[in-house]
Amino acid sequence: MDLITEITIFVLAAFVGFEVISKVPTTLHTPLMSQTNAIHGIVMLGGLIVIGAADDTLEKAIGTIAIAFGTINIVGGFLVTDRMLGMFRGRDRKPKKEEGPAEVTPEQAGGEAGQ
Amino acid sequence: MIPLAALEPGDDIVTVAYIVAFSLFILGIRQGTHPTTARRGNIIAGVGMAIAVAITLALDVIGNGALILIGILVGLAIGTVASYRVQMTAMPQMVALYNGVGGGAAALIAWSEFRELTEHGGGIELDVFVPVLFSTVIGSVSFWGSNVAFAKLQDLIPSKPLQFPLQHIFNGLLLAGILAACVALGVDNESPPEGLYIGVLLASTLLGLSFVLPIGGADMPVVISLLNAFTGLAAAAAGFALDNVALIVAGTLVGSSGTILTLEMSRAMNRSIANLLFSGFGAAAAAGEIEERPVTSIGPQDAAIKLGYADSVVFVPGYGMAVAQAQHAVKELADELQKRGVDVNFAIHPVAGRMPGHMNVLLAEADVPYEQLKEMEEINPEMPRTDVAVVIGANDVTNPAAKDDPDSPIAGMPIIEVDQAQQVIVIKRSLSPGFAGIDNDLFYKENTSMLFSDAKGAASEIAAEVENL
Repeated sequence: MDLITEITIFVLAAFVGFEVISKVPTTLHTPLMSQTNAIHGIVMLGGLIVIGAADDTLEKAIGTIAIAFGTINIVGGFLVTDRMLGMFRGRDRKPKKEEGPAEVTPEQAGGEAGQ
Repeated sequence: MIPLAALEPGDDIVTVAYIVAFSLFILGIRQGTHPTTARRGNIIAGVGMAIAVAITLALDVIGNGALILIGILVGLAIGTVASYRVQMTAMPQMVALYNGVGGGAAALIAWSEFRELTEHGGGIELDVFVPVLFSTVIGSVSFWGSNVAFAKLQDLIPSKPLQFPLQHIFNGLLLAGILAACVALGVDNESPPEGLYIGVLLASTLLGLSFVLPIGGADMPVVISLLNAFTGLAAAAAGFALDNVALIVAGTLVGSSGTILTLEMSRAMNRSIANLLFSGFGAAAAAGEIEERPVTSIGPQDAAIKLGYADSVVFVPGYGMAVAQAQHAVKELADELQKRGVDVNFAIHPVAGRMPGHMNVLLAEADVPYEQLKEMEEINPEMPRTDVAVVIGANDVTNPAAKDDPDSPIAGMPIIEVDQAQQVIVIKRSLSPGFAGIDNDLFYKENTSMLFSDAKGAASEIAAEVENL
């Protein structure tokens, strides 16, 4: 691909990004941030490509760490986004209605120190 | 990890797969415009990512399969465990951390590409070298900056602005030095010295640290959003260096989304990006003397009476609710009130919490239907008709000084106008100022009652009292 084609793609993608993302309501900004965060994990593909040519220990180490970092970015990003979005419910769907929402779930109690 | 097929990176099938992948990213984000479709949108984007990774693994340039496997497995393990263990309240720092590793990956890939191209004393074409340098600098600034943001939000280091003398001059010189070194490398592109390149890498590390350290914890959401955009651009630059269209498009999409979010947030705080990033907000203002003034203090029982006999109640949550993990208790209180026929809504300031929309996520976790979550513009006109506004762990976003006092550091910031409500109950542990470090006139108003307690305990106690009314 020549440079001019790449620049064309870059400019168009920037406009698409502005257009698509301007429509997301404030309510969903945290999940949106988290989801776009996961999408830039695509940089991991770069790790897959460069490690193929790695021939000394340093390059292999750099490449492996880059792949691990990129994978954390992708997997973690999509999973936390899914967890957050799974909680958004409308008025008509309240499955946990009768369970006493004030109860601390084991998950919360376990992670209290992390705050 | 044996390649399924030995595809060339430029093969049509590879490009088509990448086009499918980034189309799914765009579709996924589009679905994010409504809570009912957002989750599906996230899955769609995830499928796009899986396609992009799978087709790349089938390329003939893939080698060192064992290392790839190790990298992926380690990443999978850490990413999965961290995502399921993180608390909803800790989401901002989690996103900061994920953002950081993405930036780190971009910088490491650039370094690897630099070594590969200069390995046999070879030169680098400028159309590859420029993006490599960009990815190096921006990627490491993003990595280290995000880690500082994480440490601040996680209270590993003080969240108040850490300023040092001449910091702007220091950062300016550092940036100028990095640019000069990049130009020197570019001029010498026939045989660029690796020592100088590593110098750029290290200087960028320092820049990432010294850029974020002086910014206060309250401004971290803006920083994270900006660094999110940075990582996106670093990924796009890596795409230019590696001739990879998927990286260019996806990275650019994130670059523009991060930019929009950053601008929206700074608008919501009525401050310019430059002011947010370079003023060390809160450090100077905190020095102001806070005079002692009388307040009206009430207990849970009085609060229950005020709320239980009201027609309409608006809750205004802030970071204090997140810290106290009070969202479930608040929901319980809201349920009790609704049982009595009280009209209950939640007013969400765009920058309440440590991330835009942070409160929405927490209240959604507690099963509050999103119809009850009102944005600032929507709820402010309703405030004069609201019987009781309950401020839970929020402070600066309700401070009337933003409207009334042109000399206030937060002058002009849009606020939730709780002072317009008939009565205000502020649940707060003490009269201490918020992140902006300024006193809140709201606490001393005639129609304001202070309930000194932690958010969770107070909400549960009031709920119990309402039940007994």
